[in-house]
Amino acid sequence: MAPHEAVGTASGLPTPEGMQSIVADIGSDQRAFKNVPWGKPMMWIFLVSDTFIFGSFLISYMTVRMSTTVPWPNPSVVFSLEMFGENVPLLLIAIMTFVLISSSGTMALAVNYGYRRDRRTTFWLLIATAALGATFVGMQAFEWTKLIQEGVRPWGNPWGAAQFGSSFFMITGFHGTHVTIGVIFLVIVAVKVWRGDLDKQRPGFLTGRRGNYEIVETMGLYWHFVDLVWVFIFAFFYLW
Amino acid sequence: MPTYVAHDESDYAPPTEVAEVELYHPKTFLGKYVWSQDAKIIAIQYGVTAIGVGVIALVLSWLMRLQLAYPNQFSFIDPSNYLQFVSMHGMIMVVYLLTALFLGGFGNYLIPLMVGARDMVFPYVNMLSYWVYLFAVLLLVASFFVPGGPTGAGWTLYPPQAILDGTPGASWGIILMLVSLAFFIIGFTMGGLNYVVTVLQARTRGMTLMRMPLTIWGIFMATILALLAFPALFVSAIMMILDLTLGTSFFMPAIVSKGQALSHDGGSPILFQHLFWFFGHPEVYIVALPAFGIVSDLIAVHARKNIFGYRMMVWAIVAIGGLSFIVWAHHMYVSGMNPYFGFFFATTTLIIAIPTAIKVYNWVLTLWRGDIHLSVPMLFAIGFIFTFVIGGLTGLFLGNVVVDLPLSDTMFVVAHFHMVMAIAPILVVFGAIYHWYPKITGRMLHDGMGKFHFWITFVGSYAIYYPMHYLGFMGVPRRYYAVTGTNFIPDSAHSLNVAITIAALVVGAAQVVFLYNLVRSYYRGAPSGGNPWNATSLEWQTPHTPPEHGNFGKELPVVYRWAYDYSVPGVRHDFIPQNVPPSEVPSGSWAKP
Repeated sequence: MAPHEAVGTASGLPTPEGMQSIVADIGSDQRAFKNVPWGKPMMWIFLVSDTFIFGSFLISYMTVRMSTTVPWPNPSVVFSLEMFGENVPLLLIAIMTFVLISSSGTMALAVNYGYRRDRRTTFWLLIATAALGATFVGMQAFEWTKLIQEGVRPWGNPWGAAQFGSSFFMITGFHGTHVTIGVIFLVIVAVKVWRGDLDKQRPGFLTGRRGNYEIVETMGLYWHFVDLVWVFIFAFFYLW
Repeated sequence: MPTYVAHDESDYAPPTEVAEVELYHPKTFLGKYVWSQDAKIIAIQYGVTAIGVGVIALVLSWLMRLQLAYPNQFSFIDPSNYLQFVSMHGMIMVVYLLTALFLGGFGNYLIPLMVGARDMVFPYVNMLSYWVYLFAVLLLVASFFVPGGPTGAGWTLYPPQAILDGTPGASWGIILMLVSLAFFIIGFTMGGLNYVVTVLQARTRGMTLMRMPLTIWGIFMATILALLAFPALFVSAIMMILDLTLGTSFFMPAIVSKGQALSHDGGSPILFQHLFWFFGHPEVYIVALPAFGIVSDLIAVHARKNIFGYRMMVWAIVAIGGLSFIVWAHHMYVSGMNPYFGFFFATTTLIIAIPTAIKVYNWVLTLWRGDIHLSVPMLFAIGFIFTFVIGGLTGLFLGNVVVDLPLSDTMFVVAHFHMVMAIAPILVVFGAIYHWYPKITGRMLHDGMGKFHFWITFVGSYAIYYPMHYLGFMGVPRRYYAVTGTNFIPDSAHSLNVAITIAALVVGAAQVVFLYNLVRSYYRGAPSGGNPWNATSLEWQTPHTPPEHGNFGKELPVVYRWAYDYSVPGVRHDFIPQNVPPSEVPSGSWAKP
C-alpha cells in the first residue's frame, strides 16, 4: 500500500497510481483524515446527515407548494414590514439574515483566537456570536408573533394555501431550534474557555472527558452550517 | 520457483499517530454494567433489548398466522387486532430488531475490537444512544396499552389512512409510533456517528481500510446509509405528527370521510411515500450490508480460505450502498406517481443486481475447494446464501414494472421480502451469535442444540415462504383479515395457509431452543479459549476472553496483513492472525518477498 512506500520503507508492494493512490491515501492506517481530532469528522458527518433533514424539509415544502390547488400567498407582501408609513418587503428578513451572517464572522474569529490560545478574546467573540444568534431567534419570535396576529396558523391563513403556514412554522421553527441549541452550546463553550477548562484540560461535567481548543472549531462548524441552511431557507421561502 | 506473497503482507509497522486515549475505567457496579460507556456492554444491552422486542414481534406473527389459517376461530383476533399485529410486527422486526441488532449490537461489539481500538471514539454519546433507543422501544411497547391500541396502518404508515378515524390506533397508537421512530433516529444518530468515526479515525497501526474485515466494511457502509436515510423518515414523522395534532395538510388531500368533508386540503400523500421509501429502500441495505459483511467472514473462517475477491467485495458494498439511494420508487409502481419514473427506477433496481451477484459469486467461490467445516455458524452462512439468492431473484420479478403490477400487494411480495430481508439477515444474526458468543462469554454454545436450531429454522423458513409465492401467484392479497367466501381463491390455498401456519409455529418454537441455549451455555457451556475458530481478525487475539475494558491490554496490536490469511501455502498453521509480523510467521517452504 502507498503509505508504506511514501515513508520509504521497502515493502515489496507496488506503489498504487491514479484512483488507487487516492483510495490508498484515504484508506491508510489509523486515520482517514490526518491531524484532526475525533470531534471534527464527527461533526462533519453529523452535518451531512442534518443536511438530509433540511433537504427533506425543503423538498417537502416545494412539493406541497406545487401540489396544493389554492394559490400561494405572495411572500413579498406577507413578509413586509411597515416603516414610516410604507410597506418595505423583506425588511425584517434582510436584517435577520445580516445578523446571522455576521455571527458567522465572529464565530470564525473565535476559532482563530482559540487556536492562538487567547482566552479573553475567544470568550468575548463566542459571547458575541451567541448574542447575535439570540438576536436572530428574538427577531424570529417577533416575526412569528406578527404573522400569528395577522391570522397565519399552521392549518390556514387569510391569503391562500394552508400549506404556507404549515411549512413556514415547521421549517423556520426547526431552524430556530437549531440556532437556539447552538446558542446554548456557544455559551457552554464560552464558559469553558473563560474558566480556562480547555487550557487546564479539566474533565467535562457530564462526560468526564478532557476538552481542548478544537471544540471551538467543532462548535464553529455547526454554527456555519446553521447559517448556511438559513441561506437556503431564505432563498426558497422568502425569495420564491 | 514462484514465491508466495500473502495478501498485503508487509513487515512495515507505521509510527503511532494517535495518542493513547484515557479510558476512564468505571468504578461502580452501575457504571460498569448499567450506565456503561464500554462499547461491549452497550452492545449487549442493545442486543438483549432488540432480541426481547423481537420476541414480541415473533408472537405477533404467530397470531397473524393463526388467523390466516383458521379465520374466525379466535375470538381475541378481530380485524383491527389483525392489522395492528401486521403493523407492529413489521416495524419492530425491521427497525427495532434488525437495525438495532446489526448496528447497535454487532456494530458496537465488533467495530472497536476488529479495527484495534480501545473503545468507540465518544463512549458517553454511545451510552446515550442506547438509552434513547431503549426509550424509543418503551414508547413503542407502550402503544399496546393505550386506548385504541397500537397503529394498524401497516408498517409503511401511509397517510391519509394512517391518521384517519377507522384505522386502528389512529388516535394514540400512531402518535406513539411516530414519536418512538423520531427517538429511535435520534438515538441511532448518536451511535452511528460513533461507528463511522471509529472506523475512519481510530484504527490501530497498520489497519488500513483495505485490510479491514468485511464485517466492518458492511457495518460501516450500512451506518453511512442509515445516517443519510433516516432523516427522510424523521422529517416525514414530524410532518405526520403535525398533520395529526395541528391539523396541517402536508400529506392530506381533500377527503370526505363518513359523509363529512375533513378540514384537510391540498396535501400530497405521494410525498409521504417518496420520503418513506427514500428511507425504506436504503433501510433494506442497512439490514443487508452488515449481513453481507458478517457472512463473508463466517464463510472465510469456517472454510479456512481467503475470501474470494476481497477488493471486489468492498467495492460491491460501496456500490450497493450508493445505488440503494436511487431505487426507492420501485416500491411505488402502483402509487399513482408519474409512470415514466417506473422506467428509471426499474433500470436502477436491475443494475443493483450486478454488485449483489458479484458478492454471491464470491461467497460461492470462497467455498469452492475450501476446507469446509460444517460448524453451526457455517451452516447458517450457507443457509443465508440459499435464502438470499431465492429472495434476490424474486426481487428481479418485482423490480420490473409490468411483472410487479399484478403481483403488487399479494402474498408474493410478502414471500419475497421475508426471504430476502427477514430470513436471510436473521440467519446471519444467528450465525454471528454462534460465531462470536465464545468471545462475548468465553463459552461455546451447545453444538447439538445449534444444529437442531439451524435445521428447523432453515427448512422451516422454506416451508413458510416457498408456498407463499404460489399464494401470491393465485392473487391472494396480503394484509387481509380473511379471504374466505371469495371465488378466485381455491380451497387448496386455504389448506396451504394451514400448512404455512404450522411451519411458522414450529419455527417459532425452535427459537425457544436457541434462547435456552444462550442462557444455558452462559453457565454450563464448554470453555472456548480465546480463539476457538482459529480466526485471524483482531477480536480473537485479545489477551482476555471476554475482552476487558480497553480491549487489548497494555498495548494495541499492530496489523501486518489482511484478515484472510487462511491456509497460506507452505505455512504450518492454516491461519496467520493479522497482528503476526512476517518475521514470526512459522515458515516452511514459504518465502519472504
